[in-house]
Amino acid sequence: MADTFELEESADIPNSHAGDHHVVHESTGIDNRKLGMWVFLSSEFLFFGAFISNYLLYGNRDFDSVVPRDIYDIPFTSISSFVLLMSSLTMVLAHHALSTGDQNGTKTWLMATALLGSVFLGGQVFEFYEFVTVKDMTLTSNPASSAFYMLTGFHGAHVGIGILMLLSLFGIARRQGGLSEKHGMNLELVGLYWHFVDIIWIVIFTIVYLLGAS
Amino acid sequence: MTTTASRPASTIFRRPRATEGFWSWITTTDHKKIGIMYGYAAFFFFIIGGVEALLLRLQLAGPNGDFLTAAEYNAMFTTHGVTMIFLFVMPVSAAFFNYLLPLMIGARDVAFPRMNALSWWIFIFGGLFLYSVIFFGDVVPPAGIADGQGVVVAGNIDPADQTLLGGLPDGGWFLYQPNAGPEYSPGTAIDFALIGLQILGVASLISSINFIVTVFNMRAEGMRLLRMPVFVWMTLVVAFLLLFSLPIIAVALFMATFDRSFGTLFFQATGGGDPILWQHMFWLFGHPEVYILILPAMGIVSEVLPTNSRKPLFGYAAIVFAGGAIAFLGFGVWAHHMFSSGITPVAQAAFGLSTMTIAVPTGIKIFNWMGTMWGGRLRFNTAMLFSIGFVAMFVIGGLSGVTHSIVPSDWQQTDTYYIVAHFHYVLFGGAIFGIFSGVYYWFPKITGRMLNEKLGKAHFWVQFIGFNLTFAPMHWLGLQGMVRRTWRYAPEAGLGPWNLAVTIGAFTIALGIAIFWVNWIYSKRKGEPSGLDPWDARTIEWTIPNPTPAYNYAVPPVIHSLDDFWHQKYTEDDEGRPVRKEGADELIERLDHEGRNPKSPIHMPAPSYFPFIMAMGLPLIGYGIIYHTSIIGKALLVIGPLITIGALIGWGIEPLEETEDHDEHGDGQGGELVGARTS
Repeated sequence: MADTFELEESADIPNSHAGDHHVVHESTGIDNRKLGMWVFLSSEFLFFGAFISNYLLYGNRDFDSVVPRDIYDIPFTSISSFVLLMSSLTMVLAHHALSTGDQNGTKTWLMATALLGSVFLGGQVFEFYEFVTVKDMTLTSNPASSAFYMLTGFHGAHVGIGILMLLSLFGIARRQGGLSEKHGMNLELVGLYWHFVDIIWIVIFTIVYLLGAS
Repeated sequence: MTTTASRPASTIFRRPRATEGFWSWITTTDHKKIGIMYGYAAFFFFIIGGVEALLLRLQLAGPNGDFLTAAEYNAMFTTHGVTMIFLFVMPVSAAFFNYLLPLMIGARDVAFPRMNALSWWIFIFGGLFLYSVIFFGDVVPPAGIADGQGVVVAGNIDPADQTLLGGLPDGGWFLYQPNAGPEYSPGTAIDFALIGLQILGVASLISSINFIVTVFNMRAEGMRLLRMPVFVWMTLVVAFLLLFSLPIIAVALFMATFDRSFGTLFFQATGGGDPILWQHMFWLFGHPEVYILILPAMGIVSEVLPTNSRKPLFGYAAIVFAGGAIAFLGFGVWAHHMFSSGITPVAQAAFGLSTMTIAVPTGIKIFNWMGTMWGGRLRFNTAMLFSIGFVAMFVIGGLSGVTHSIVPSDWQQTDTYYIVAHFHYVLFGGAIFGIFSGVYYWFPKITGRMLNEKLGKAHFWVQFIGFNLTFAPMHWLGLQGMVRRTWRYAPEAGLGPWNLAVTIGAFTIALGIAIFWVNWIYSKRKGEPSGLDPWDARTIEWTIPNPTPAYNYAVPPVIHSLDDFWHQKYTEDDEGRPVRKEGADELIERLDHEGRNPKSPIHMPAPSYFPFIMAMGLPLIGYGIIYHTSIIGKALLVIGPLITIGALIGWGIEPLEETEDHDEHGDGQGGELVGARTS
């Protein structure tokens, strides 16, 4: 399909040869990086799938020490989950703003997404802190608590990496007065990743928190 | 548009320019150079793994051997397995993938050249990290259990056994819990294995993403999916297997590492954990891993056999789909490794059945290879001999494998030498014979010279005889009850004679490999020049000069059919026999000339320092986790991520030395056309 995009300014490129048509790519019509991100995320589903199965195995067993299902604070986690879901909305708005050329809107929504993500992460830090200090459930209390902290901790790490990527994009947008087309694709990639992290959280919240609570 | 000056950072971050010498190898993003480095590293580890095997065989040559201590023996069979699987067969397959995949689909490089370099550097640092346990490991004998008379014993391991070799990881390549847990394996050897495998997994994950995108997106014009060589198909299947199995072992390795380093209780039965969970997770990765090891060799054989039979591959589509079916079914058979671990009868029946099913696509492949040879004008060169050896040995290994689907029979064979014989027939007689076939076949592609045929045939026959002398008697030893992973056997067990034969066989294999190395060193300098098309080949990687020019294709190829190169050279007579076209020799001459003389300079992906630097951070994090209680460990936990993240930032802002558009496509191939189509 790229044949239709015969490069007009090929004369600007040193060493290029007008007849050098070898790069017909991408054969599928999907951008390499986007396809790569999709492929990566398909692997990530199994990563979290393994952690979730692991929690399902241990989460409902009885142990001598306090287990996660006894101490969930469902209203609190519902609110932080809602915040995370809203960050998917702002992510879409950022993407939409860029596609309509609204650079200020892009920056605003990027920052909003990062902030909402940080609020969620802060909630998780608070939850962990309370579980450890007040409810006395640590990483090493029993296999259920180990599974809980590993699952939600690795999810939190993913959110954290996503926030760093959002902030990097925001920084680039500020410094260059807006996102170029090149970074437009980056925004799309970060968006894919961010939505993935959200979807995984919906699964975790449903299976681990809502269905798991006693 | 043509300069990088528009971005201020570009003055600090120059792309390296060396095209020769040390730095060119450190900074390269060329898939061919990366492939060659993978190959040399893999064969280096092959020698290490081989020496470990020979030490094992010296210990077992006679009853009550005392060549190795028990601790050393445990360490040797563990590192032999880990090395051969993760540091030889996987990387040597990656070497073939890297070198050949872009050539076979008519591309100038992979989709993400810098990521390709990154996966190579992560791999080599992971391998070195694993073995660095010799220098940085901390040997602590197990605390031991009182035997009731005040004597403390810890298995059969005497703390005095802990020598240099004994300090390597023990516990078997599958690192079963709780044996490999904190209680029974204190010290750091197992940690090095766990984190080393984690790092190697990251490398494989990155390259699998890269290869999948490359196959889907970088094909030349006319290279439809069902026109791709079978080797490319098998690359794709292996990449998907890696993609879906690695995250599972990553989770398992994290859990085991946390158990050992941070006191979680996943596999600790005393704390309510479930050691069998480790087996499930390990084999859920481990069985697809078996196909990750064998499918590349199947791809190689599917190229070598048709070329040397001078016939098209029999049942191309069937072979391709059988490869996919093997991969799919491969995710549903893992518990046949665990029949003796107490899983329910229903599970045993189900996994027994699924294990039988997997013989079907494998059988399809075998019959297709035989159909390919049937009625062909066979050329018995070394590559062909190794391919035929592959088919024959793999059939034996496959048949002994199917016997494991019969659950009661499997109970008898579990953890005996019968199993050892089975998987060596599959992985050595299968994978490694296939790999050698590929080495002989594509050596001219890499060096422009032929490997010596006389030495090659000597290599084949010595290795073939040595292989069967080594592993065939293991079937009988196993059925006689010789238990795997046991340091010594008693003289009255009657196992001595066959064990001696096995040891002699192992040294015969070593002789064969030595002949191969002589051949390699000799042929690399003085081998006969190969010309463009030494094998009268079928696939398009032979339409370009040997050794491959840096830019691969001077003129981008256009593909019209399966086995495109063959159809350029040959036509058929009325009875379907191939007839060489008149202009075929001129065609080859023209291709050689055109391939060496591109009409204009060709853009290639620029080299980069950052993959190397970024990969360097990972082993530092690994040391940091292992020694996280000490101040040095804590420092490394800061420094390692800083190096990796710093390199990532540098990666992001280094200039591309080409157009902005070029970068837009993940520094793929040249930027001329692709640039315009960003939505």
